[in-house]
Amino acid sequence: MEKLKFAFYWAASCGGCEIAVLDINEKVLDVVAKADIVFWPVAIDIKYKDVEAMPDKYIDVCFFNGAIRTEEQEHMAKLLRKKSKVLVAFGSCACDGCVVGLANLWNKKTVFERAYFETPSTKNPNQVTPKTSVKVKEGELKLPEFFDTVKTLAQTVDVDYFLSGCPPPIPCIIQAVEAIFNNKLPPKGSSLLPNKSICDECPREKKDRKLTEIKRIYEIEDDLKTCFWDQGVVCMGPATRAGCGAQCPNVNIPCTGCDGPGPRVIDQGAAIMSALASIATDPSVIDQIVDPIGTFYKYSLAHSILRRKVIK
Amino acid sequence: MKTITIDPITRLEGHGKISIFLNDEGNVENAYLQVPELRGFERFCEGRRAEDLPIITTRICGVCPVAHHMAGAKALDAAFNVEPTETAKKLRELMYCGYFIYDHILHFYFLGAPDFVVGPDAPPAERNILGVIQKVGLDIAKEVIKHRAYGQKITGILGGRPTHPVSACLPGGIAKALSKEDRQEIEKMVRSCVEFAKFSLKLFSDVVLKNIDYVNLIKSEPYTLRTYYMGTVDKNNKVNFYDGKVRVVDPEGKEFVKFAPSEYLDVIEEHVEPWTYVKLPYLKRIGWKGLVAGSDSGVYRVGPLGRLNASEGMATPIAQKEYDRMYKTLGGKPVHATLAFHWARLIELMYATERALELVTDKEITNTDIKNKPGKPSEGVGIVEAARGTLIHHYKLDEKALAKKVNLVVATTHNAPGICMSIKNAAKGLIRNGKVSDGLLNMVEMAFRAYDPCFACATHFAIGNMPMEVRIYDDEKRLLKAIRK
Repeated sequence: MEKLKFAFYWAASCGGCEIAVLDINEKVLDVVAKADIVFWPVAIDIKYKDVEAMPDKYIDVCFFNGAIRTEEQEHMAKLLRKKSKVLVAFGSCACDGCVVGLANLWNKKTVFERAYFETPSTKNPNQVTPKTSVKVKEGELKLPEFFDTVKTLAQTVDVDYFLSGCPPPIPCIIQAVEAIFNNKLPPKGSSLLPNKSICDECPREKKDRKLTEIKRIYEIEDDLKTCFWDQGVVCMGPATRAGCGAQCPNVNIPCTGCDGPGPRVIDQGAAIMSALASIATDPSVIDQIVDPIGTFYKYSLAHSILRRKVIK
Repeated sequence: MKTITIDPITRLEGHGKISIFLNDEGNVENAYLQVPELRGFERFCEGRRAEDLPIITTRICGVCPVAHHMAGAKALDAAFNVEPTETAKKLRELMYCGYFIYDHILHFYFLGAPDFVVGPDAPPAERNILGVIQKVGLDIAKEVIKHRAYGQKITGILGGRPTHPVSACLPGGIAKALSKEDRQEIEKMVRSCVEFAKFSLKLFSDVVLKNIDYVNLIKSEPYTLRTYYMGTVDKNNKVNFYDGKVRVVDPEGKEFVKFAPSEYLDVIEEHVEPWTYVKLPYLKRIGWKGLVAGSDSGVYRVGPLGRLNASEGMATPIAQKEYDRMYKTLGGKPVHATLAFHWARLIELMYATERALELVTDKEITNTDIKNKPGKPSEGVGIVEAARGTLIHHYKLDEKALAKKVNLVVATTHNAPGICMSIKNAAKGLIRNGKVSDGLLNMVEMAFRAYDPCFACATHFAIGNMPMEVRIYDDEKRLLKAIRK
């Protein structure tokens, strides 16, 4: 059988998705036995122009991680879409925008002001900011443009599958690769994480779920076994897709939602607010919520119905 | 004037870019390291819940998330005016040792070893992890994979997840105690890591130190940079990754200042240049004098060599012995040889494993007093030593414990000025009167990756061979020559 052709690419991301690929450990050897990696900028010496020279649909499966925030990343997304039979949005940034999507509450100007003017360790009397083209005394230096809005991969090009998570759960990566090798991929548009929520994987016991008061995780005497909601603590589990095995609740920290919207959930934040409203005993409970955007849309603002804040 | 641009093959956007300028005689005028990315964490952390900060900031880097998690945890301790319990401190430090184990192994074997084990003059196609495997054998390669995975696993058990851990986001503690079974499992892995660290030092000794050419290369002028050094030390001025005061020594090795985390603004300032998104830090008392070395310039270096230079030793026996040996071999303290970062990194790997063993066999490590009650939210600074150097998180919280202001000074940022100068020095040795030696790439690359710069964390993986291209243009911007590897 002819070997499959895989490609990996990273746009605006932290490198954790690449570490997740390494964390499949010895399974990497199986992958290399059955697939050729034809493009992986962090590892393989193949240039963009080599990708451009590939015939369309030359790559069997492209795993694309990172959000889209520069023109170049958008260009690469379009190019890899054209060259790939199957395009997988890999990780929270590509699927949902991840925490960098929270920058959509600001814009380039206000992000720069914080980084280069206001931060207390910065000394910048002439209010210098990085420029896309700068004449230094020896010549000219160029930087890529920084955009106002973070976009997900699916907001940029057509995506076949979504392997979310920050980083994607290792067992789900392995399963996805096996599904590819055995030609058992689900219908286009599917998530490659399980079709259930974090609550289905969580060992904590659910009780009456009457929410009378909202507390912060560091304020409670955690009994180590009851559902966080029963203890008054916001947990993103009900609105979040399973796959990680409830890693955070397993160390007594509520789910923060990094696997992205759960099955049949369009908007992760809306889903959790709806769940919350249904168990709150009194409207005043809602007033106790602090930072709803950062809490409910921590990883999915860019992908949500809200998408960004309008800045005039 | 000629321009040489070294781009990793990815067009480099996102991960660092080097431009070297030649003067009219064709000699190196200046070198610039550009970091072409900014994600704006200091802005979008504003308004977030305090307990989310050590979780959000891990996403700054997927290679060193544990460092951000821990700097964040300590900033919250300070901001809520609460000291973690002794057990919590030990568990956090044990998790932290797990992180150092995996990160230092990854860097040494995937990045450092190709230069030395395979050799700086070997063809680029062999100077990678596959070349290392060929030289040392598949059995050892398997040990490398195994022990890197152990480091990740230790972090995973204690932090909840190996990449982007969560358990220490509680001011004053950690969310989960260590079970007896998990303790046993960690001890087994740590004991194996101690042996592996010893093996790694021996490998370095056999391959590098017994080769006089390599030792001379380490000591050579193009790889020497006289700067200040910074690192965190314990009360005996020994290297500490998790806690202590930050010590700065001058280029002669004399203590310049020692400060508590809350005092960092008295010591460090950051300069902004329009040609890079990264800020350039310097010692405030001396001031920004540009990209120059020496005691009159505020430039300092951090990371493994920075820490060893800024300290008076290691707190564990085997690491201490090797520390003494390094300074004896390289001619006393401080060592200004940039390539000694690799040796320093292995000495730290030794320390991380020895320290992890002390912690995991501590009778109190499985105690369940893992949380102290936080006080009222205010302002706090947390400092830890990330694998690549001193990491500072500074949070100002409002009365609802939401972040009002966040300031972050990240490890690689401290080294940005030093990296620029090291590249310039390496290039100077190889570009004379407009003639560019083919060895340029190797030399520049070696200078660059000794620091293990985080924005190039790409180079941690797979083949450990940073793809580069040097383009040389004449005065009229015609392409004269392109060297590619």
